[in-house]
Amino acid sequence: MATTTDIYPGRPYTEVEGNYLTHEKGILSWLTTVDHKRIGVMYLMCISTAFLFGGLFAMVIRWELFAPGATVPGLNADRYNQIFTLHGAIMVFLVIIPGIPAALGNFVLPMMLGAKDVAFPRLNLMSWYLWVVGALFAVISMVTSAADTGWTFYTPYSTTTQTAVIPMVVGAFILGFSSIFTGLNFIVTIHKMRPEGLTWFKLPLFLWSIYATAIIQVIATPVLGITLLLLIAERVMGVGIFDSTYGGDPVLFQHFFWFYSHPAVYIMILPAMGVISEMIPVFSRKHIFGYTAIAYSSVAIAMFSFIVWGHHMFTSMSPLSNMIFSAVTFSVSIPSAVKVFNWTATLYKGSIRLATPMCYALAFLFLFTIGGLTGLHLATLGTDIHLHDTYFVVAHFHYVMVGSTMIAFLGGLHYWWPKIFGKMYSETYGRLGCLTTFIGFNVTFLPQFVLGTRGMPRRYYDYLPEFQTLHAVSSIGAFIMGAGLFITLFCLLHSLKWGKPAADNPWGSAALEWQSTSPPHYHNFTKEPTVGDPYDYQDFKWDPKAEGYYKTAEGQGAA
Amino acid sequence: MGSESRGILQDSGRTRRRLTMTTETQAIDKSGHDHDHGHSPYLQHHFDTMEQQFNSGKLGMWLFLATEILLFGGLFVAYAIYRALHPEIFEYGHHFLDPVMGGTNTAVLILSSFTMAAAVRYAQEGKKTMLVACLVLTLGGACGFLVIKYFEYSHKMVHGVFPGKFYAPDDHILEEELMGAHGHGHEEGDGHHEEGHGHAAGDHEEAAHEEPAAAPMVVSQTPPAAEGEFVIEKSQIAEAGGGPEGLVGIVQQEPKMPKRPEKAHVFFGIYYLMTGLHGLHVVIGMCAIGWVLLKAMKGVFGPEYFTPVDLVGLYWHLVDLIWIFLFPLLYLID
Repeated sequence: MATTTDIYPGRPYTEVEGNYLTHEKGILSWLTTVDHKRIGVMYLMCISTAFLFGGLFAMVIRWELFAPGATVPGLNADRYNQIFTLHGAIMVFLVIIPGIPAALGNFVLPMMLGAKDVAFPRLNLMSWYLWVVGALFAVISMVTSAADTGWTFYTPYSTTTQTAVIPMVVGAFILGFSSIFTGLNFIVTIHKMRPEGLTWFKLPLFLWSIYATAIIQVIATPVLGITLLLLIAERVMGVGIFDSTYGGDPVLFQHFFWFYSHPAVYIMILPAMGVISEMIPVFSRKHIFGYTAIAYSSVAIAMFSFIVWGHHMFTSMSPLSNMIFSAVTFSVSIPSAVKVFNWTATLYKGSIRLATPMCYALAFLFLFTIGGLTGLHLATLGTDIHLHDTYFVVAHFHYVMVGSTMIAFLGGLHYWWPKIFGKMYSETYGRLGCLTTFIGFNVTFLPQFVLGTRGMPRRYYDYLPEFQTLHAVSSIGAFIMGAGLFITLFCLLHSLKWGKPAADNPWGSAALEWQSTSPPHYHNFTKEPTVGDPYDYQDFKWDPKAEGYYKTAEGQGAA
Repeated sequence: MGSESRGILQDSGRTRRRLTMTTETQAIDKSGHDHDHGHSPYLQHHFDTMEQQFNSGKLGMWLFLATEILLFGGLFVAYAIYRALHPEIFEYGHHFLDPVMGGTNTAVLILSSFTMAAAVRYAQEGKKTMLVACLVLTLGGACGFLVIKYFEYSHKMVHGVFPGKFYAPDDHILEEELMGAHGHGHEEGDGHHEEGHGHAAGDHEEAAHEEPAAAPMVVSQTPPAAEGEFVIEKSQIAEAGGGPEGLVGIVQQEPKMPKRPEKAHVFFGIYYLMTGLHGLHVVIGMCAIGWVLLKAMKGVFGPEYFTPVDLVGLYWHLVDLIWIFLFPLLYLID
């Protein structure tokens, strides 16, 4: 790290000797590190790689669906099934579930608490290794005879297909444990590592959402674990629990699976909501509106997440169960809407600065609202019978998982990028990437709502000619979105080499992690951070020379 | 760096939260240890006090135990659903489990839990010899459990009682077992054996019984002339042409002999999965206890630092507790 003698108010600690990126050298120092920041960066690299593969598979899918019949040379229907299974399994288990908590959360969470590390640093490293092993199993499945069950592994097909289901299931099982250990670590860290004065209601909302996520990870994931073990037992020994050939009940698998995988949907979205809660007030220069409501709504969503799994099986349950699950599913919209309204109210009369992270936050607001509201169509029993297993469902969950979670992940990445790597990226390319992705995303998935209402079933290799226009538009959108993501990748990688050094607090956030240097010292803080309201921006001043914010003397005295 | 920042921390009046002590840590309180911040060699750099470290470990272990309960929870739910839908397979299947061996194993595990609890106490008091002795006893209990389990498993497997599609019971011998185990198998009187043989007499029965072990699929094609004493039940799936052996029941209408229900193999599937997963946890527990034992022999533990003993103890109690639920649910059905 360059040593500068000029000390600007906005850059109080330019001299960083114990920079976590450089204080130890060599690949081994990374592979054996227990530093939460390095583990976060390693997660970031691995998850990005998996994201690239998952995205390439998506491009193949969209290319195939550009026209009816066989489109991609050499891609037959069986191969297509394997491609969309790999796309789903990689994106869900390797990218979206660990994305925000394991990569960004690992880096930021202890720093937000003013702590030196998470409670169990070695367990944290083990989580990362488990992720890698899980990914290797996915690769084994990919290169042998890739699973073609869809990412949900529904029985009885998953117990009868000849493809490599077991490696993929073992991979998902191991990834589940990676997720459990990360969640466990975060819960203990938030409970036990807070400094005095940092009470629960002074925590940044990101931590509330990570906490709620971690609760779900710890409680729901073991059920996935045993479900997948039972699936393996079913395939290997035919124990007869899921396979009707041996006296089992395939729908029981769906209940077991969704008891995890519906909460898993909230494992994906809750951290995204936390990221948005951090970014919107900072770039509105205004205290978050309804802090308590947002905090409690995170916990409420976590609680609701456990009692709505039945809405995935409206077509195979009793009318009474259907009504109950439908009603509970509607209830989830309440805490979700509470958050959206509070974010909007935070924007109201704020002095909004459209930096790249804020662009992502605004994109999130649009996309999450669409994704959330279309969920209500699916929670309604009558319409769900029509929309079940159509592209409407595909569009809905992509709006939530990609439009919300991935967008928030990218937003959070841009937001914490200066802190993580100490470099500023080009705002022009950052915004261009965001805009292209946003447009591409909508062009891809808005037509799919229409396709779904017209009866286009999901997971089909071929379709009727009348669907072609909408499918073609959707595919073009996917390529635009891919281009947007490559612009973003270029923008971020470019900044590593040629970006300007970042100020310690380039956005003027009041959360603790910005009181550290950029990039942080390997013990996180060279000076103990002062605990205050994480959303109080009154005493922050912009220093144009350092291109960063600093806290005025009055502010520091008052804190 | 560490002590420096801690100095700043205290100067700024922002000392870490004083964490309340749990009952197990009273030994620490007495020794007045909680005042020597950072002096213990076992204090990791990112914790401020030993109490913070201990309490973090403890909360982490409790959370982990919660995940373990949910992991087994899936199996208990599968058990509950099949018990409710097909009670007959549980009534039938439990005759093949030996409650004496199971009961012995329960006692062995409870005793090992007791020695584990004692080990935690001795670790807190710094009594190294007793600690090592208790850990060795716990490890011995775990070994004993597995040895008994081995005999239980091998006794079944030798008769073809495997889970799922490998379920191919050797009926001739099983009938003996059944009659021997009838009335909960407390007595293995000769009379029972003779009775068992008596029922198995008759050549056509022998033929019908021998077949399944060798070539199970053939059974449905070889209906012995039953003459009212035997009824061949064929499941719908077997008729569809792909059914496994377990679905074809050769049912004896003798009142003392329970019928073999169609899905009898599901009971053994559940039995092997539940006890197998539990057995795996026993093995993991043994590794953990062995690791703690090695540390204990080096004299690592004392009033200041006994976290690993305590946490491994918690884990071991859970393994014990799960067995306490498994035993009645599988062995003591009626």
